[in-house]
Amino acid sequence: MYLSAGRVADAAGGVRRRVPLRSVARNIAPNVVALGAVSLITDVSSEMVTAVLPLYLVAGLGLSPLAFGFLDGLYGGASAFVRLAGGHLADRRTGHKAVAGFGYALSALVKPVFLVATSVPGIGAALVADRVGKGVRTAPRDALISLSSPPDAQGRAFGVHRAMDTAGALLGPLVAFGVLSAASQRYDPVFMVSFCFAVLGVVVLVLFVQDRKGTATASVRATLAVLRRPAFARVCAASLLLATTTVSDAFVYLLLQKMADVPVRYFPLLPVGTAASYLLLAVPLGIAADRLGRRRVFLAGHAVLLLVCALLLTPLGGTVLLVASLALHGAFYAATDGVLMALAGPMLPAGTRAGGLAVLQTGQATAALGCSVAFGAAWTWWGPHTALLAASGALAVAGLAAFALLTNRKAVA
Amino acid sequence: MTTRTRLLIVAACALVLGLVATVFTLRAGSSAAKTGQGAQFTLGTPGRIVFRDMRMGPGKDHLASVAAADPNGPRTVSGLVCARFHAAAGTGLCLRDVPGLAPGYDAVVVDAQLRPKRHVKGTGVPSRTRVSPSGRMAAWTVFVSGDNYGGLNFSTRTSILDTRTGHLIPSLETFTVYKDGTRYQAADTNFWGVTFKDDTHFYATLATHGKTYLVAGDTTRREVTTLHANVECPSLSPDGTAIVYKKRVRDASTGRPWHLYRLDLATRRETPLAEARNVDDQALWIDAAHIAYSLPGDYGSDLWTVPADGTGAPTKLLQAALNAVF
Repeated sequence: MYLSAGRVADAAGGVRRRVPLRSVARNIAPNVVALGAVSLITDVSSEMVTAVLPLYLVAGLGLSPLAFGFLDGLYGGASAFVRLAGGHLADRRTGHKAVAGFGYALSALVKPVFLVATSVPGIGAALVADRVGKGVRTAPRDALISLSSPPDAQGRAFGVHRAMDTAGALLGPLVAFGVLSAASQRYDPVFMVSFCFAVLGVVVLVLFVQDRKGTATASVRATLAVLRRPAFARVCAASLLLATTTVSDAFVYLLLQKMADVPVRYFPLLPVGTAASYLLLAVPLGIAADRLGRRRVFLAGHAVLLLVCALLLTPLGGTVLLVASLALHGAFYAATDGVLMALAGPMLPAGTRAGGLAVLQTGQATAALGCSVAFGAAWTWWGPHTALLAASGALAVAGLAAFALLTNRKAVA
Repeated sequence: MTTRTRLLIVAACALVLGLVATVFTLRAGSSAAKTGQGAQFTLGTPGRIVFRDMRMGPGKDHLASVAAADPNGPRTVSGLVCARFHAAAGTGLCLRDVPGLAPGYDAVVVDAQLRPKRHVKGTGVPSRTRVSPSGRMAAWTVFVSGDNYGGLNFSTRTSILDTRTGHLIPSLETFTVYKDGTRYQAADTNFWGVTFKDDTHFYATLATHGKTYLVAGDTTRREVTTLHANVECPSLSPDGTAIVYKKRVRDASTGRPWHLYRLDLATRRETPLAEARNVDDQALWIDAAHIAYSLPGDYGSDLWTVPADGTGAPTKLLQAALNAVF
């Protein structure tokens, strides 16, 4: 999928100098490809479970949607603070691979728990452990990608990794429903197959991912001191502002379903549209970020999200709205998710890179959670249209502020 | 270690894991197919309780039957797999889930020997089902998955089928609503938990603007009328004079919002039942004086019973069981 994405990059013409595919591939550090493969395999495993979980809990175990909502909250909330701990530990022991490996292994080991846990507390504990694993591994993994790539090719490296990651997320649900139909609609094999994928991911990590040797042993103070670096602090402030005003995926899909009149049965397919666009654009936009400036592409990505909001506010409907919105929503992710890591990574000394990225990611995730709650409330009080209008206004203001923060001459220099 | 060696190790691991995954999947599939034949039993046999078996193993989710006199005794497990089930007068409704990218259901009407007679397929996750006392009408409620997201209120869809003619009312939301005596129109109406009085009259829950109501409905006039506020999942007593229902007594964020209540339809008197725990189930009348309901247990659900008049204490009736029919 990386090759086809590369071809799109050429076809898009955004690349001025035509680079033969082979040399693009050669410039990607083996470590990045290895981490991409680990993420791909692990995402197949975790998205398999995510895809069947609501059905398993409500239809399979007979739990109420209320209990499901409660578990869903746990699922999302558990990862924020272990992420900080994971990033810091990775720096401290200069063991990015070990900490990330622990995260991957933990998520793998909880999969069989789903086979035996049938009570809400049991499944809740398994979900929390799974999320802890994800939280712990994210920052060390991104730090390894960053440390394994030259400063001028960070965007491309993250683009390749995110494309592989998304490919896994796309395959997961397909594998899950394939297994369900092969196993006469039994859920146990889904968890078993998910476990097998997760174990394979850990094996690939152990064998192919190289750790970065370093002497730095970061203290908590050193990790927090990253915020005293003006350029990094500005990036943190800008991304926090933008995350506070970014309408979350769930709401984008709900709005899209209402505006484009998508039949409810196709609702679960909407994220697939975003993921497909993200998959195709992650590498081209990563390369574009390296060439045109990561700040520009990051800001442009949010302009694209504003465009999605604008589209949802127009009387446009039907397939045109659906396809355009999902394509642009995927472009927003391709221009912001990996690109932000590529932007921030080189600003951090190698010894505090995982901890620093963890600070940035946690801030972003917390802001996004706040935004989601606020948008939900606005939706309830004002209705979807006014809520979206308000969110778009806020995003535009935050975008201007972020523009001012990021294009400040001192910061760029 | 050379790259070649490492690639070989990964390939070997992938092979072994792939084998484990395939064997596990196919064995689960074939064991499901094998028990697909299952044992024979007849609905409505006196002295037998029929329910969905929640025990782990090849019979999981199959309809099973056990002697009412010895609920912990051996279970007879049929070949019919159901997510939700109810039956009356020799007609059963087996609500099965059909997993897929868009979750769907298959509502299967079965006769007393559990032979399928009709299928109605649709979108949503199975939640409740009831058959009218004569066995002619069947109702079911599903959760429509799309609206489960983002902390918004979930959405339900309730359908009623005439099992004799095949006439289907796809959604009660097409019925005219009379609320407090006047015609009521709102975009956010949701129905769930039908309980039948006879083949035309039923009770159900209507939710709108964050409140729930007990409604009395009529399938020929295609209308419902609100009767009482804060009623969910009503269950009509065999003599038709009272309902047992879930009353919201605490905030949903507590995780235990509901308490089982009895409502006498003539006097509108509410009586809390002697079950202190949160119950999220549509209760079932065992006889004129007792009801049964599901509580979370080691295998997902256990069945409990309590007197229907507020006295007594809850007792466990069946372990690892759901949706019993007496």
